[in-house]
Amino acid sequence: MSRYLVDKFLFTVDRDPELVERYREDPRGTVEWWEAERANLLLNCHPGEASTWLRFEDAEREALAAHDYVRLFELGAHPFLTLTLFIAMFERDYDEPLAFQKEYGMRLQHFSLPYPDITT
Amino acid sequence: MAKLVAVIASTHHPFYYRASTAPPEERPPFADAWVTKIAAFRETLTRVNPDVLVMVGSDHFHQLWLDNMPQFLIGKAPFYDANFYNEEREFGLPRMLLRGQEDLSAHILREGLDAGFDLAFSNELRIDHSVTCPIITLRPEADLPIVPVYTNIFAPPLPRPKRFVELGRTIRQLVESWPSDKRVAVIGTGHLSLELGGPRQFGPHGPDPVFDRKAVEWIASGDIEGCLSEVTLDSLWEPGNATHGFMDFMLMMGVAGEGAKADYVDTLDLFHTMEAYFTWYPNGVTA
Repeated sequence: MSRYLVDKFLFTVDRDPELVERYREDPRGTVEWWEAERANLLLNCHPGEASTWLRFEDAEREALAAHDYVRLFELGAHPFLTLTLFIAMFERDYDEPLAFQKEYGMRLQHFSLPYPDITT
Repeated sequence: MAKLVAVIASTHHPFYYRASTAPPEERPPFADAWVTKIAAFRETLTRVNPDVLVMVGSDHFHQLWLDNMPQFLIGKAPFYDANFYNEEREFGLPRMLLRGQEDLSAHILREGLDAGFDLAFSNELRIDHSVTCPIITLRPEADLPIVPVYTNIFAPPLPRPKRFVELGRTIRQLVESWPSDKRVAVIGTGHLSLELGGPRQFGPHGPDPVFDRKAVEWIASGDIEGCLSEVTLDSLWEPGNATHGFMDFMLMMGVAGEGAKADYVDTLDLFHTMEAYFTWYPNGVTA
């Protein structure tokens, strides 16, 4: 399980306006590029000091590549990170205020407490 | 010694800025009532003429990240830039620059470490809406120096509720032992019941109005013992998956003290979450 890495993807994409657009337009390509080029960067270190061992599990990679926020919730991705990034990508496609956020909640209705563990 | 002139606990609703500044035709229907309540709440701070604000909040995965996550962190810097790109994007929050009160930061760090809190510190901290929302609501001039206190209510494993209360008690002692003639207000923001990124989000009210009523009563009456007897890290998942932010309210109850009834209490039932505003005057309003 690499829940931390899923969160790291959501975190690093969400804070970068260009990556938000790139992930919206080309999710699978962005996930593959990110896993190859960015997953192992230590965010507070020189690139030469990158980690060597981080990779997604297949289910995680697929959930990210499919923009499948329901599956990401199930896998324990941090709900705040997922929500924030997906609002940035898809709220604009809805006419009514909060329509995307409400649909997002509706699509998670089959989850009951306890929710999937988000501990990293 | 410094004087603690007000203790203020509040929710931090990132949509207030936009709701209150949009042109009338774009304002949501609840905006005017909200602005009226905020104006009254603001007066509870203005009237005590503070010199310095200690600001308790929680970074929402902006600067602090899982590769190096502090549980409690004190900002110690001459300035703090504020608000992040994704807060401008989602909430329309403005970029801000606040001054820091470095000598009080240093005092809280030194004395806090000696009092048993292994506080992290940051000399270059960009603060987010957990601190800027109460600046916008309570001190929109943003003219007073601050000491940011960040807590981890977001990335488990979290400190337990009791630890938040204890840190609040300690912050009060440290403010009151600061060798200064300044007038200090301690302001902290958190949440009542709240769901983010889960099935109960963005409903017509907060996800758990029963919890909200109880929480307001605990805070307003200073019932720390009653609150601690019911609230645990596990129980806080029940009212909503982001309700651990309530522990920042518990920290503020620690600052106000056991049995300290709030001098000012107000709430506003909004979609998605209930707003709640509390002010205590530890030394009386004329102090």
